[in-house]
Amino acid sequence: MGTYTLRRLLFAVPTLLFISLVIFLLLDLAPSDPTANLPLTIPPEVRQKIRESLGLGEPIHIRYLLWCKQFFINEPLNVVEALLGAGDSERLRVLSWQTRSPVVDLIVERLPQTLWVVGLSYVIGVLIAIPIGIISAYRQYSWFDQIGTFVSTVGFSVPTFFTGVLLIVVFSVGLGWFPSIYDTTHRVTDWSSFLVQARQMAMPVFVLALYNAAQISRFMRSSMLENLNQDYVRTARGKGFHERRILFVHVLRNSMIPVVTIIALGVPQVFGGAIITEQIFKVNGLGQLLIVAIQGGDLPTVQTLTFIFAGLIVTFNLVADILYGVLDPTIRYDQR
Amino acid sequence: MTSARRGTWAQFRTHRGAVIGAGILLIAAFAVLFGPHLWSIDPHLIDIRARNQGISFAHPLGADRLGRDTLARMLAGGRVSLAVAGAAMGLALSLGAVIGVASGYFRRLDGPLMRLTDLFLALPLLPLLLVIIALFRDALRAAFGPETGIFILIASVIGATSWMKTARIVRGEVLALKEREFVLASGALGAPAGRLIFRHILPGVISPIMISAALGVGDAIITESALSFLGLGFPPDFPTWGRLLYDSTDYLQQYPGRVLWPGLAISLTVLSINYVGDGLRDALDPRTRG
Repeated sequence: MGTYTLRRLLFAVPTLLFISLVIFLLLDLAPSDPTANLPLTIPPEVRQKIRESLGLGEPIHIRYLLWCKQFFINEPLNVVEALLGAGDSERLRVLSWQTRSPVVDLIVERLPQTLWVVGLSYVIGVLIAIPIGIISAYRQYSWFDQIGTFVSTVGFSVPTFFTGVLLIVVFSVGLGWFPSIYDTTHRVTDWSSFLVQARQMAMPVFVLALYNAAQISRFMRSSMLENLNQDYVRTARGKGFHERRILFVHVLRNSMIPVVTIIALGVPQVFGGAIITEQIFKVNGLGQLLIVAIQGGDLPTVQTLTFIFAGLIVTFNLVADILYGVLDPTIRYDQR
Repeated sequence: MTSARRGTWAQFRTHRGAVIGAGILLIAAFAVLFGPHLWSIDPHLIDIRARNQGISFAHPLGADRLGRDTLARMLAGGRVSLAVAGAAMGLALSLGAVIGVASGYFRRLDGPLMRLTDLFLALPLLPLLLVIIALFRDALRAAFGPETGIFILIASVIGATSWMKTARIVRGEVLALKEREFVLASGALGAPAGRLIFRHILPGVISPIMISAALGVGDAIITESALSFLGLGFPPDFPTWGRLLYDSTDYLQQYPGRVLWPGLAISLTVLSINYVGDGLRDALDPRTRG
C-alpha cells in the first residue's frame, strides 16, 4: 500500500505540471487582449506599454516558467513564512491583472464563502443520501423506493440553475422567507445574527444538497442491492443473525466501499458545479471570482483558479484510489 | 437479428418511465421541428404594445420585455438547444468510439490514449469551457458570423470535452470482444484489422454507445443551458432555452412566472432523456433481461 501511494504521488507531480502547461497554452494561444476593454482613446504606444507592464513582452516559455516559480515556489514559501511568523520578504507573486493584488490573497478571501455553502451542502447531501439509499434498496419496489428513485431522477435531471431560480420565486419573491442575495459582509456574533446567516444559507445549500443527494443515493441503492443478493447475506440469515445486524454490519460495510470512493470523487465536481449556484444566489465565492476574471480577461487569476480546480480533481482521484485499497482488503495494488 | 430487436423493444416497453419519456421527447422534437411553421409569429418581432404581457389569446405564454412572443421564442430556442445537444453528442460519440476502439484493439495505442483520457478527466471542465468560450468567441464570430460561429464553438467544445466516458466503456467492451472465438476465427482466416473492426467489433459495442448517446444528449443540454445561463452562451437576441431562462431571471421580482417555461422545458427534456437512457440500459443489457 505504501509503495503504491508513493508511486501515485510521484506520478501526480508530472500530471499536474502537464495540466498547468495545457491550461497556460490554452489561455495564451487564445485570441484575447487584456487591453481590449480599456478606452479607445488610449494611444497604441501606451497600450503596448500596458501590455509590457503586465509581463506580456516576454516569450511564452519564460512566462510559463515564471508562473510556475511564482505559484509552486514563492507562494508556498510565503505560507511557510507566515506560519513561522518570520516577517515577509519580497517575492514575486502571481498578480491579478484586474486588481493588481496577489491572486492567492483573492482566493483566500473568497474561500470561506465557498467552503461554507458548498461544503455544508455536500455534507448534508451525503447524510440524506445514505439512509435513503439503504431504505430504498432494502425495501426494493416499495412505495418508498418508487418515490425515492423518482425524486432522485428528478433531482439530477433538473439543473441547479432552475431549482435555484424556482426556490427564489417561491420562497423569496412569493413568501419572503429567505433573502435571495447572499450577504458576505454579515458577521455571526450572537444567536439572532446566526439565524440571519442560517436563513441566507438555506436556499443555496438546499439546491446543492438536493443535487448531490440525488446522485449519491442512486449509487448507494444499487450498491446495497448488489450486496443484498450475495451468498454471504443468505449465510448470515441462515445462521439466525438479527436482520438489523445483517443489514447494518454485513451489508452496509461492504456497500459503503464504492460509495465512499464516489463521495471522494465528487468533491472537486462540487466546486465546479458551485459556480452556477454561486452565480444564482450572488455568493461571492471562488466560482464568482472565476466568472469575473473570465469576463475581465484576467488571465493570471483564471490560470491559477483553473489549475487549483484541476489539482483538486487529481488529489481526490488519488484519495479515492487509496481509500478503495484501504477499505477493500481484496484489492492489492502492490502485487503485479 | 429481428427477433433480438423485438426482444429489446418488448423489454423497453415494460419500463413505464422510459415509454413516457420517449413520448415526451417525440412531442418536444415535433414541437421544435414543426412548431415554428404552425405558430408563425416571428420570434424576433418586437411589438412594444404587448410588452410584459401575461398569458393571453394572442400570446399563449405571454410576451417579454420587448413584446416578443414567448411561445415563438421557446420553439425557436428549443430548436437551437436540441441542435447544439445533438451535434455535441454526435461529436462526443464519434470521438469516444474511435478512441475507445483504437485503444482497445491496438495494444500499442492503449497506453497513450488512456493517459490522454485520464488527462481529460482530470481537467476542470466547466471552468475550462467558460474560458475557451470567452476567449475564442470573438474570433469565431468574426469568421462564421455571430450565430453560426457560436453554434460551432459551443457544440464542438462540449463534444470535445465529453467523450471520455464513452471511450472507456467502449475500450472495455472491445477488450472483451476481441478475444471471443468469432473474432479470433475471422482474424485467423486473414481478415484485415479494418474489416474485423467494422464487421465484428463495432456491431458488438453498439449498445453501450447507444446508452451513452442517450445520456450524453441530456448532459449536453444541461451544459449548453448552463453556459447560456452564465452569460457565455449565445448572443442575447438569439433565443435558446438557457438564454431565455437567464434573461427572465433579471425580472424575477416583477414577473416570476417567466422563468417557468424555459426551465420546465429544459428539465422535462432532460428528465425524459434520463428515463429513456435507463430504459435502454435495461433493454440492451442482456444480464438484466428476464
